[in-house]
Amino acid sequence: MIPGQSGFAPVANSRPLPLGEIRILPWEDFHANLLQAVSRGGRVAALFGMSPHGENQLFLVLADDTDNKLWLARTRLEGPSFPSLTPSCPQVHLFEREIAEQRGWAPQGHPWLKPVRFSFAFRSGPAAPEAAPTIGVTDFYRVEGDEIHEVAVGPVHAGVIEPGHFRFQCHGEEVLHLEISLGYQHRGVERALIGGPDKRSIHYMETLAGDSTAAHSTAYCQVMEALGRCKEPARSQVIRGIALELERIANHVGDLGALSGDVAFLPTASFCGRLRGDFLNMTALLCGNRFGRGLARPGGVRFDLSTELAEELLQRLDSVESDLASAVNLLWDTPSVMARFEGAGPLLKEDAAELGIVGPAARASGLLRDTRHDQPWGIYRFVHIPVSTGGPGDVFARAHVRWLEVQRSMAFVREQLRTLPGGPHRAECGSLAPESVCVSLVEGWRGEVCHVAVTDSEGHFLAYKVVDPSFHNWTGLALALRNQQISDFPLCNKSFNLSYCGHDL
Amino acid sequence: MRAAEFAIHLLLLLAFPPILLGVINKTKAAFAGRVGAPLLQPYHDLLKLFRKGLVLSETTTWVFTLAPAAALLAVILAGMLLPAGPLDAPIRFTGDMILFVYLLGLARFLIATAALDTGSSFEGMGAAREVSFACLAEGAVLFAFLVLAKNSGALALSSMLRGVEEVEWGIAAAPLLLISAGLFIVVLAENCRVPFDDPNTHLELTMIHEVMVLDHGGPLLGLILYGAAIKLYILGALLVQVLIPFDNIGPGGAPVFVAGLLGLAVAIGVVESIMARLQLRHIPYLLTAATLFCAFGFLLVTR
Repeated sequence: MIPGQSGFAPVANSRPLPLGEIRILPWEDFHANLLQAVSRGGRVAALFGMSPHGENQLFLVLADDTDNKLWLARTRLEGPSFPSLTPSCPQVHLFEREIAEQRGWAPQGHPWLKPVRFSFAFRSGPAAPEAAPTIGVTDFYRVEGDEIHEVAVGPVHAGVIEPGHFRFQCHGEEVLHLEISLGYQHRGVERALIGGPDKRSIHYMETLAGDSTAAHSTAYCQVMEALGRCKEPARSQVIRGIALELERIANHVGDLGALSGDVAFLPTASFCGRLRGDFLNMTALLCGNRFGRGLARPGGVRFDLSTELAEELLQRLDSVESDLASAVNLLWDTPSVMARFEGAGPLLKEDAAELGIVGPAARASGLLRDTRHDQPWGIYRFVHIPVSTGGPGDVFARAHVRWLEVQRSMAFVREQLRTLPGGPHRAECGSLAPESVCVSLVEGWRGEVCHVAVTDSEGHFLAYKVVDPSFHNWTGLALALRNQQISDFPLCNKSFNLSYCGHDL
Repeated sequence: MRAAEFAIHLLLLLAFPPILLGVINKTKAAFAGRVGAPLLQPYHDLLKLFRKGLVLSETTTWVFTLAPAAALLAVILAGMLLPAGPLDAPIRFTGDMILFVYLLGLARFLIATAALDTGSSFEGMGAAREVSFACLAEGAVLFAFLVLAKNSGALALSSMLRGVEEVEWGIAAAPLLLISAGLFIVVLAENCRVPFDDPNTHLELTMIHEVMVLDHGGPLLGLILYGAAIKLYILGALLVQVLIPFDNIGPGGAPVFVAGLLGLAVAIGVVESIMARLQLRHIPYLLTAATLFCAFGFLLVTR
């Protein structure tokens, strides 16, 4: 799909590549090739700035989902600013805002250049704020008119959820525009990782987004293994796969219950709330932690999965399966629930593609996009899970895709538990290769988790970029709300169920 | 005797309503496979609120502080106009049904004004929703009263509801069933139950009634919630008395009346357990249906 002679370097998911093999392209080539690749279906998985040897460089990770390849490219910035790519390639809009905020490099002509997380810049530059920015204070998009009213929600919400600010421009009950302002959870993880890895790194990874612990820790471990020239044992690949799918099932089940709760439909809400706990407890059987912390470590997993444990897990899966099916199918069989789900918060396929939406939200809009299928890693290279897609991209589609994925993940976990490969569950990891890069993609339950590590001449992290699926998808939520009822916002929001801390890092 | 009846009536009106909420919650819990909160939990909640301190926003005025108490008084006064099963209403006069409707309207006006007094966009949104849905529900209640008045030939609530029994249910069954259906929908709508509103939600953007009272806390919120419970009792009592002929039952009517209300609470709990909320813009359709039920009942008795 993407011509090799374009100067972009091909690499597979979770494979190391010497930094020198990625040519530094002149801006014109970088720009033209990126646009051409995106117009042919390429997807920007990450775009960030780094400064090896004091030289300002933009680093691009482009995912080619049809050819199952990743393309890496970089370019040198001559000055403290660069022409913005956003007008011709909307999916980089948030990446460019992030670059401006972190590096101070100004994307000239960006249509909506505002802070992303209201954080301090890594270094000074024309786009960097002079003083520490006040979080949430910015120019919000406004609709003018006598009958327009503005509703500001958050950052403190009525429920026990993460903080984020939502600004609605409404005409009566109809939402004309929604703007989402985040950053309240910013911890500075990416900056803290520079110069790593150290003992803390894995703990940062496990808490990047607490509900995606398995996904983020797996992605990190793969980076460490690739750059540390470590061959991960087959047994640990399977155990990580099981943990990842259990995480997916637990969160999807919880979401289906919460969606039901948001339309005040009690039976499914109550049952799914309990069943989610059952799945979390299965993860706890694996590693002692309900969220999968302490399981994945560079080189493998810390806890082996004994035959008795596998038997126990299989039994537990059998015992919850029928309860789960009847609770969830009740949703589709209840007309009053379907009346709420169908047609609410539609995200068009074209919009989803243009914004680079990932995960169940993209699949619900009809995009065939699943990292397990497109960029397989670990066990997924050998065992394939069908991609679950939906049609119209409304709340129903997002709910139904989750249900399909739950069923397929359960089948996968069963199969893997029955056919656990032998051998060790952990190998030794060496020190990291210097002057190298590794991109690791993992399909978390929310979508593609992307970790990019670039090492310096000593084998320390020169840059460590984390892209949580929420980073791509928040804009999708804002678009889905257009011309919808403001009273449907909680329902639409839950159908995406994005992470605040995963976005804010 | 008269004094004793009056005392029992007042006791029912003031002390009984919160248990209806307890019964609804127990029913919902049973459907969800939970044990649920104790039946008397609503009383504890109210007591807790009355023991709390008060936090007032700087933008509010005396309207905000006074409205909950005034609204509660209006609702209690409306309750005094309504007979309670075999017990006559303490206050009754010709045309009191108009006062009944407007006392409930006054209570709503006061709460909505207090909501607007905060100047918050949420509260304004809630007030707008509340009054636009209420004006659709009021029509249904008025048509139901017209049916009852026509049936009984009286214009006082006590006589109107007694009149139900004088005309044979057999003859007036169709209009009475129609207004019962209409009134049941009104009971759900006016008391912010599913499918109109979700009393459990914490999501300010979807609420109707609750979003109006977001800024009220402590004793003020207690007054509002207490008033809401009494309103549930009043509208429920109206429906129960349309359905059950208390004159034929005689002196044993009081337990039947209480049982009828508890049964209604269970019915509300069942409705909340088996269906989801309506989309906000579909609510007027259901309320219009309620008005049409009652209007059609009126058509039947006037022919």
